[in-house]
This record gives sequence, C-alpha cells and structure tokens, in this order.
Amino acid sequence: MASANDPFQFKEFEEAGSLLEANRDAVTISIQDEDVKSDKQRKAGANGYEEDPLTDDDSTQLLSGQKESAPFWTFEYYQKFFDVETHHVKERIIGSVLPWPGKNFIHVYLRRNPDLYGPFWICTTLVFAIAISGNISNFLVHLGKPNYKYTPEFQKVTIAATAIFSYAWLVPLALWGFLLWRGNKIMNLVSYSFMEIVCVYGYSLAIYVPAVVIWILPFEWLRWFSVVVALCLSGSVLVMTFWPTVRDDHPKVMVATMAAIVTLNVLLAVGCKAYFFSKPEPDLPVTKSTPTAGIKIPST
Amino acid sequence: MAAAEEASRPFAGLSDVSISEDIPVEGDISVPVGSSRRDEEFSTLDEPVKETILRDLRAVGNKFIHVLYPKRSSALLRDWDLWGPLLLCVTLALLLQGGAADNDDQGGPQFAEVFVIVWFGSIIITLNSKLLGGTISFFQSLCVLGYCIMPLTVAMIVCRLVLLGSSGTVSFAVRLIVVTASFGWSTFASTAFLADSQPPNRKALVVYPVFLFYFVIGWMVLTFSPSQ
Repeated sequence: MASANDPFQFKEFEEAGSLLEANRDAVTISIQDEDVKSDKQRKAGANGYEEDPLTDDDSTQLLSGQKESAPFWTFEYYQKFFDVETHHVKERIIGSVLPWPGKNFIHVYLRRNPDLYGPFWICTTLVFAIAISGNISNFLVHLGKPNYKYTPEFQKVTIAATAIFSYAWLVPLALWGFLLWRGNKIMNLVSYSFMEIVCVYGYSLAIYVPAVVIWILPFEWLRWFSVVVALCLSGSVLVMTFWPTVRDDHPKVMVATMAAIVTLNVLLAVGCKAYFFSKPEPDLPVTKSTPTAGIKIPST
Repeated sequence: MAAAEEASRPFAGLSDVSISEDIPVEGDISVPVGSSRRDEEFSTLDEPVKETILRDLRAVGNKFIHVLYPKRSSALLRDWDLWGPLLLCVTLALLLQGGAADNDDQGGPQFAEVFVIVWFGSIIITLNSKLLGGTISFFQSLCVLGYCIMPLTVAMIVCRLVLLGSSGTVSFAVRLIVVTASFGWSTFASTAFLADSQPPNRKALVVYPVFLFYFVIGWMVLTFSPSQ
C-alpha cells in the first residue's frame, strides 16, 4: 500500500507466519488473548504437529508457557502447580462451597490450571480443625463431670490426617485409573487429568471446615443438619464434575460410579463425626476417651 | 627430522628462549593475600573458646531482640542461623512435658511430636513459599519461622507459672489472653520478615500457612494441663 522505501511510513504488520517465511528459525513472541492462545493450542494439538514456525520446539516452550513438562524430579515441575494467585484460590473455594447446577467445577474454575495449593492446605486445615474441634467438643460434653480428666488427644491428629489425606489422594487416584480404563473402551469420553481430579476433591472438602467447627456445639440435631448440608454441597460438586465423564457410558457403570463417589463422601463425613465427636449422652460411662463409633446406646 | 626430534622431546624447543635485554623484566614474587584485617577476621582459631561461644550467643540474642520488636530489618535474613530455633524448640518441648501424663500417653504431646510439628511444619511452609515463587532461601525461612516461635515459648512459661497458682476458669481466661496475644505477635513478626519476599498477589497464600502453624502451636500451649 504505502511505498516500501519510506521508513517512516506506517506499515501494516502481517501475520507472524508470513513474515517469517524467510527465516523459519526465528523465535517469535505473539501476544494474544489467553483464550485465543489456548484455542490455538488445542487446534494445533488436534491436527497433529504441522510445520509452523510458531510451534518449533524451543519457541513452543516460550510461547505456550508453563505446560511443557519438566521432569518430575525437579523443583520446576511442582512449581507449575502453584501458579495461582490469592483471588484464584478464593474463587475456587467459593465455587466449591456454592455449587451451581451446570457449572462444572473443572471447566469453570480450573481452566486447565489445576493447583496443589488448595487441596493440600484445605486438607491440612481440615485435619487440624477436626482434631481441635473434637477435643473442644469432648471437653464441653464432659464438662462438670467429676471424674473427667481433660486430655488434649494428640494422636487423633495422626488418625485424622491419615483418613483425610488418603481420601483426598487415593480416591482420585482410583477414580482417575477407572476413568482411564473406561476411556480406553469408549472413545470421546471427557477425560480429566489426575491433578484436576485431585484438585476437585481437595476443594470439595472445603465445605467441611465450617461444618466441623459447627460440630463443636453439642446439639445432635445441629450436627446432623450440618452433616447433611455439607454432604449435599460437596457431593453435588463432585457429581456435577464427573457426570460428563460417565454420561456416555453404560448406565450400570454410570450409576455405580456416581454411587461410589457419593458413598465415599458420606463415609468420610459420617465416620469423622462419629469417631471424633462423642455423642452428648448423659449416661455414657466416662472411661478413657474411646471412640463411640456411631453405636447408639438405646436409651430406655 | 629435526622437527621430529624436537617434537619427541617436549619443551626441548624452549631451552634457548631468552628475553631481549632492552625489555626490563621486574616484578614482585609474593603471594597476594588480602589485607591483614580480613586475615584477623577469619583466623579465629587462636581465640579463647569463651569468645567463640559468646559471639554466637550474641548473634542469637541479637535476633531475639529483632523478633521482640519486629520491624522490616534484614538482620534475621542476612545472617541466618538455626541455633535460636533449636533452642526455642527444645525449650518448648521440655515445657510441654510433665503434662497430664496418664498411662495411655494421652496427656500431651510427646517430646518428639513437638519437634516434628515445629520442624516439619517449618519445612512445609518454606517449601510452600518457595513453590509460590518466593525469593527467600530455604534456611532463611526456617530461621525466621523458628525465631518467631519465641513469643509462644514466653507464653508457655507464663502459662506454666499461672498454672502453678491456680487451675480454674480465671487462670484459663488469663492463659487464653496470653496465648492469643503471643500467637498474634508471632504471626505478625514472621509476616513482617517473610511477606516482602513474595509477589504481592500471593501474600495471603503465603501468610495463611504461617497463621495455621502458629495457631496449632498456640493450641498446644493453651491446652497444656498439668498432672495433679
């Protein structure tokens, strides 16, 4: 359009690809919208690797950013799972506590950036919350009894930690393996990476932290009410997240998977409540603090 | 032939190298050492043992004072050491002994449990802050977290003294106030040192684990009940 000889004349910039026809090895930086970039990535991935100056190995590392895998024994590999900011974590916690029908947690909140910060610290908080709240509730229940000696029970921390961390890590592992196996049998399953499943499970435990604090108050009806509410919220997050993965599957498998997810969640909640929080029954013999594992002593 | 002969004897060709007369060659063949002041600083081998110990103790004490009045100083970070944290951890663990030790060991945390919680917790918090992109080094962070346990150790001493007197509700209220104040002080002190090394949009992500850490230690201090 303009004369090519005048250096001060504004020239339109052509696409990077055509500019680089002469020099295919040049490293280019293309500043685009994040969504456009990720769409491009997905398209490039779907079509296989075409010869494109922008997808040369080195420049791909620079352009597509963090997702190229460093070997898993380096520090940098784990650093990419902590690539979140404060408001991201806040949004994810709120999204897990207030699930909205139709909002798949992984698609809406994670957006291919699963983090390990949330799951790990939510689990740790829950462990200590359970131990401390259980201790306080025991103390309140047995307050005033003459032969009760207050003991801070520290091995409950270990037990709580084992239960919660194994739920938050082993169940996603099993679920991921199961989805992988089903994905081999049935094409076009929506599949999640292991980290995303861990992330969903970790964030779904966030609702239990206030629930556990409520369990301090020694009112049975309040405890059961909060258990039910917490179960509904966290269960619905999980169900809505995994529904698209099993929807196209055999109906028996679908029902079984959903039932397993919900059942494990229920088991965790009820088990924790029963083990760490003794029931406020006045005629309970006060020996050492043995766990009252949900066995209702029939009151006459 | 001559070349082959010469090549077979290394350095043979150098035997007749000479420098022409009109280039003055002079110099000083002496091993360059640092100034004598640097020399004195590093050779601490000859000083009395008391001097050596006192130097470390003074450094530790200096850092204690920095924790007492936490301002944004880099003294804790620059010359980190782990003596102070070790001292505080051992003191805290010893003070937490002798609790309501029933036969089933449910009385209080064992010595090892306190150690594990303090050191393992510090390591995990340090790893967390490094993974989030912090610029602080591993041992500097351990040093800061360890030194900032000092207010809680002081609270533990106060609690034990209060428990010597009475063990009722009033003493519980006093202990609660003391522990809460020292927990707040610890968290505030350590974030004063640590928060600068984080990018601003992740400060809360780094501060929360520190808060949890001192909360758990404060809980251990508060729930200590002596054996009657």
